[in-house]
Amino acid sequence: MAAFDEMRPEKTGLREPYSAYCDWLQAQNTTRLTEKMRDAESVFRRTGITFAVYGTEEAAERLIPFDIVPRIISGSEWRRLTQGIEQRVQALNAFLDDIYHRQEILRAGRVPKELIARNEAFLPEMIGVRPPAGVYTHIIGVDIVRTGENEFFVLEDNARTPSGVSYMLENRETMMQLFPELFQRIKVRPVENYPQLLRQSLSAVSPRGNAAEATIAVLTPGSYNSAFFEHAFLADQMGVELVEGQDLRVVDGHVAMRTTQGYKQIDVLYRRVDDAYLDPLTFNPDSALGVAGIMDVYRAGNITIANAPGTGIADDKAIYSYMPEIVEFYTGRKAILGNIPTWRCSEPDSLKYVLEHLGELVVKEVHGSGGYGMLVGPAASRKEREDFARKLKAKPANYIAQPTLALSTCPILTEKGLAPRHVDLRPFVLVSDRIRIVPGGLTRVALKEGSLVVNSSQGGGTKDTWVLDD
Amino acid sequence: MLGRTANGLYWMSRYIERAENMARLVDAGLRLALTRESSADEWASVVVSAGARDAYDARHSEYSGPLAIDFLLRDTVNPSSVLSSIETARNNARMVRTALTRETWESINEAWMSLKRILAVPIDERELPKILDAIKRETALIRGSFHGTMLRNEIFDFSQLGTFVERADNTARILDVKYYVLLPSISWVGSSLDNYQWESILRSVAAHRSYRWVYEADYRPTNVADFLILNRRMPRSLAYCYRMILESLNFLGDDYDARHDCHDTAVQTMRMLQRGTIADIFDRGLHEFLGDFIRLNNKLGNEVAQAYRFY
Repeated sequence: MAAFDEMRPEKTGLREPYSAYCDWLQAQNTTRLTEKMRDAESVFRRTGITFAVYGTEEAAERLIPFDIVPRIISGSEWRRLTQGIEQRVQALNAFLDDIYHRQEILRAGRVPKELIARNEAFLPEMIGVRPPAGVYTHIIGVDIVRTGENEFFVLEDNARTPSGVSYMLENRETMMQLFPELFQRIKVRPVENYPQLLRQSLSAVSPRGNAAEATIAVLTPGSYNSAFFEHAFLADQMGVELVEGQDLRVVDGHVAMRTTQGYKQIDVLYRRVDDAYLDPLTFNPDSALGVAGIMDVYRAGNITIANAPGTGIADDKAIYSYMPEIVEFYTGRKAILGNIPTWRCSEPDSLKYVLEHLGELVVKEVHGSGGYGMLVGPAASRKEREDFARKLKAKPANYIAQPTLALSTCPILTEKGLAPRHVDLRPFVLVSDRIRIVPGGLTRVALKEGSLVVNSSQGGGTKDTWVLDD
Repeated sequence: MLGRTANGLYWMSRYIERAENMARLVDAGLRLALTRESSADEWASVVVSAGARDAYDARHSEYSGPLAIDFLLRDTVNPSSVLSSIETARNNARMVRTALTRETWESINEAWMSLKRILAVPIDERELPKILDAIKRETALIRGSFHGTMLRNEIFDFSQLGTFVERADNTARILDVKYYVLLPSISWVGSSLDNYQWESILRSVAAHRSYRWVYEADYRPTNVADFLILNRRMPRSLAYCYRMILESLNFLGDDYDARHDCHDTAVQTMRMLQRGTIADIFDRGLHEFLGDFIRLNNKLGNEVAQAYRFY
């Protein structure tokens, strides 16, 4: 299966967005580039940008490998992508509002009722609750894959607490430190204003209305969380407090943080704690990560929680397969960005097909994330497939399957020079009074030759993503 | 600022200071061991000065150079060992990452990485001077980037409080363990043995050279005590520490427009250090004086935590 190479496709040769970069690249010697690669690693290690991987003790603080060859997207490609993304996030928010209120889409029979009713990601506590400014999912990471010159597909919507934006920012910072001359030659659209945009976007949905007065805080599970670096980074870059559950308390009907001068009211909480841990009085009673009573404050309209509780119902992998219908239902237009064809194993015909074609398909857990618990058919051994088939038959509703896509490739620098590796793209989208998208995103790259799994927990790396100013 | 952040800054600084003090104590102990025959007692007093006697006794049944050095530098069972201290300092720094400049954070993170590597394996005695230098250098780098890049605001003040409460405690404890060699009745003659002891006290607070600039070539117990207790220009003296503590507390009092019990305690302690001379302190009893000081210093730490809602 020949994959589309974004720099140098087999049929047409060097693509335009990469031409200026390749001119520069040809004038470089490999030794110097390899040195730069090592510089990059020491920069990351010194600044403490590490990623904790669950279950690997010795690698408790590990770096996500960074590749110094940028992934380049032309201005016109980007414009098309953003139109599709904007349409999609509008539909996601409209869907959430509908699903927690009148449920028109269920009445119209476009999405099956039982998919919602029996879904753990659906929070009955949110029925009838309308968040400040009517926004449910404020920060979205849309995972996009490419298979050809004009073929882009959404692989996954991350509407709960998407992570990785700090890597987008640090990757750019590192590239600018390593190759300042490149940025003089090539006009790359900036991404570094993301924290300001995030702050503006969050201020605009403050329950107090007046954006200037909003007190914002980032809620982290704590310094042992795998994404703690990102939580701290974003709070710092926005100039707001980074709080933990132990800092917060409900005071006079508001959520307040314990400061050196007493309790101070919070208007907008950008939480990086899962729904289940948000409020021990409403959800998991054992949670020490959340705030007792925050849901009452929320229902009374006295705090904005970003993203809103219960947004998981919109990025659930079983719901994903209905996204084309969802987009059309709420926007009245066909989805600009396509979905990947998906078999829902809960349906007997689909299950049969999936079991017969395991060797060609990618099978994922409906509620899984981070690349855990998935089967990449073509790469799996016979035994792995047989084991997986047993799990699949035992709990079919737990799985969906998709064709193994020939994800596009982009070159990385290896010891033997440039070599193509599969990539995906996660642009970050901010929704409030309007939609804000920084030109770029996080490009994840599968570092193992031939591998299609880009997740950092499975040996994936990242690249700087350039959107050209053309 | 969050109370938890103030707490993190305070303890981050205390543990950085502690790591450095440990290195100096071991350095001083090493000198004595090199210049004298019997050293078990000396190492015992180094461990006591480090405030680690109970933890040590629970771990070892005898005192010796290698055991004490290992315990004070790299034993993670000892919460005050250099390795434990730098780990705790770094965890606190990580927690308050947003309050620190990038340079400060990087210097702490680098110190942690480098000391963890150096102290990962049992210490080869021949390498000890190099290791002690590395510890002092890393903590100096942290202090340098902190002072060079941090805004003088509440973040700075809480860190300063941690540094100087820890340093005052350290200096007072060193003096208290050795107070008997400073007493005039015993050391009247000024034997060479006492000279070593005095030099060792000065060395453990990095003051063996500066002493001679301020006083005279000969070590005199009253001068040594004066230097470490009342001298306002000696950066590890009790008076200097309290000058810095009061400065930070006064800034906090002005910024927040509120004074607390900790302000009163600091003023009271400062008065103790300003009123009278070293002769008065000796007349009252050096040991009693130091005991009072250590108690007040602890009290201050607790009052700061309470006033600024550390917990």
